[in-house]
Amino acid sequence: MIKLMKGNEALAEAAIRAGADAYFGYPITPQSEVLEYLSREAEKRTGMVVLQAESEVASINMVYGAAGTGKKVWTSSSSPGISLMQEGISYIASAELPCLIVNVQRGGPGLGTIQPAQSDYFQSVKGGGHGDYRLIVLAPASVQEMSDFVKLSFELAFKYRNPVMILSDGALGQMMEKVEFFEQQERKFDKLDWALVGKPKNRAHNVITSLHIKPDKMEEINIHLQKKYKLIEENEIRFEEIMCDDADYIITAFGLVARICTKAAELAREKGIKVGVFRPISLFPFPSKQIDSYSKKIKGILDVEMNAGQMVEDVKLSVNGKVPVEFYGRMGGIVPAPDEILEALENYIAGGKL
Amino acid sequence: MNVETLDTIKTVVFEKTESLLDVEMHYCPGCGHSVTHRLIAEVIDELGIVEETIGVAPVGCSVFAYNYIGVDFSEAAHGRASAAATGIKRVFPEKYVFSYQGDGDLAAIGTGETIHTCNRGENILIIFINNGIYGMTGGQMAPTTLPNMKSTTSPFGRDTKSMGYPLKITDLVAQLPGTYYVTRQSVHKPLNVRRAKKAIQKGFEYQKLNKGTCFIEIVSNCPSNWKMTPVESNKWLDENMLPFYPLGDLKVPNEKEV
Repeated sequence: MIKLMKGNEALAEAAIRAGADAYFGYPITPQSEVLEYLSREAEKRTGMVVLQAESEVASINMVYGAAGTGKKVWTSSSSPGISLMQEGISYIASAELPCLIVNVQRGGPGLGTIQPAQSDYFQSVKGGGHGDYRLIVLAPASVQEMSDFVKLSFELAFKYRNPVMILSDGALGQMMEKVEFFEQQERKFDKLDWALVGKPKNRAHNVITSLHIKPDKMEEINIHLQKKYKLIEENEIRFEEIMCDDADYIITAFGLVARICTKAAELAREKGIKVGVFRPISLFPFPSKQIDSYSKKIKGILDVEMNAGQMVEDVKLSVNGKVPVEFYGRMGGIVPAPDEILEALENYIAGGKL
Repeated sequence: MNVETLDTIKTVVFEKTESLLDVEMHYCPGCGHSVTHRLIAEVIDELGIVEETIGVAPVGCSVFAYNYIGVDFSEAAHGRASAAATGIKRVFPEKYVFSYQGDGDLAAIGTGETIHTCNRGENILIIFINNGIYGMTGGQMAPTTLPNMKSTTSPFGRDTKSMGYPLKITDLVAQLPGTYYVTRQSVHKPLNVRRAKKAIQKGFEYQKLNKGTCFIEIVSNCPSNWKMTPVESNKWLDENMLPFYPLGDLKVPNEKEV
């Protein structure tokens, strides 16, 4: 079924179709359509629980509680709300609970603006809350992917018992595009051996906790988590390469910005500059090896983001000085245009930086 | 007396209930937590609902409640036990869900969650231990610390002018249409233990009616941080805590409905 839909609504529709059991959320621009759409559609169609919580803090802790039962649960918010959730996300990661958290980013810091931004990259990819933990982070670039990644996220969350974040932005959330939905999946519940379902006679009681007061036990938990993250890094790298084969320069960008950069690359090629676009889809795990594989083939990398330069640090770590990496970004809710990206690239080339 | 004679006169007069796990508790001697844990375990066993019950533990002295009560249990972030319990109950409406929270957890950092959980009328049981002090962190002032009561952060006594007043949150939640049964009990004397157990039993039984939140405050003691012997602390509780936090039901269901 193909529909013309807003990104936020596609996200909500996809969660209904993926057979999600519960959503806990709190209104915040630019993602309130998620809660609104679910409030209209979800319960009557699949019986999904939809609850408007009193705050994002409550939402994420409701997710924590419900995820502990092994049910398919999720929440969504935008940057300030996601900041409020960080403590809960740390607990969820430590207790290894599967769930989906969607961040439809807006410009910050502080209350910032309701316009789109990508300035929560560090928060999403490097931890955000306290302690050593990782989320699996997927960055959609279209309304289609806002839908597709919901299904994928639940699969990954349960495969690794790890929270998954879809890192979107206000433009993707608000813009309308055509989207082809996957078939409605049945809401089914499998009792998982670790989950809270009520203690039967034949096993000890299950406990969901992130508290291990003895340091040797807590280190053991940390080692286990790090091994899991390693495994995720080995198996779950996702990326897209556009016109990279013959490129002299590569633009790295994630999410919606990668699409704008594709237009910039086309404009560059009209001028005879061979430019490709490399789009990391999984921001954690990050496609470092894949980016590094271009180090010896190209003259330079321009990283473009809607922030002050966050993913660019990972791009630099990936190539480790083998090829120059420069940055162009807009902040505070400004979306860069293709011609200004091309101009930035040309200036770096003319200045001998790339 | 030979062994055979011993066997014939053996009569069990009291036995630990099955769901109270056979482990050493970390609670201080004389603390009300251990008695309250026992009552919860007894009620769960007597109602035969072990397989249907999920508990949520707080942050505070009772953070390890899940090590002592043998039902499926979730730890929760500080103050968020009622939100976590809401999440569990919403996806498992047929289960018995309870949270166990201290005064710092429920009435300070978690006040918002407590009020809204009760106001939504979540069909859960909230057991609230009020000993007027932060126990685990070593005796700091709690939202429930009495006027002029000394703590490590009110060393000259709680001055209500600068530190505010003790929060009677149980009276507050009793005003909310979402609560179904609200009561204040204690476990410092045998009679009170029996009454508290009856209240906890009702709190579990009422869940099946889907009529709203059951909220049971247990006025308790903290011998270590009150710097008293267990006996002295119970006397102090009687003379100081109970006049401020009087025992009894604050909201009872219409008996016809029950």
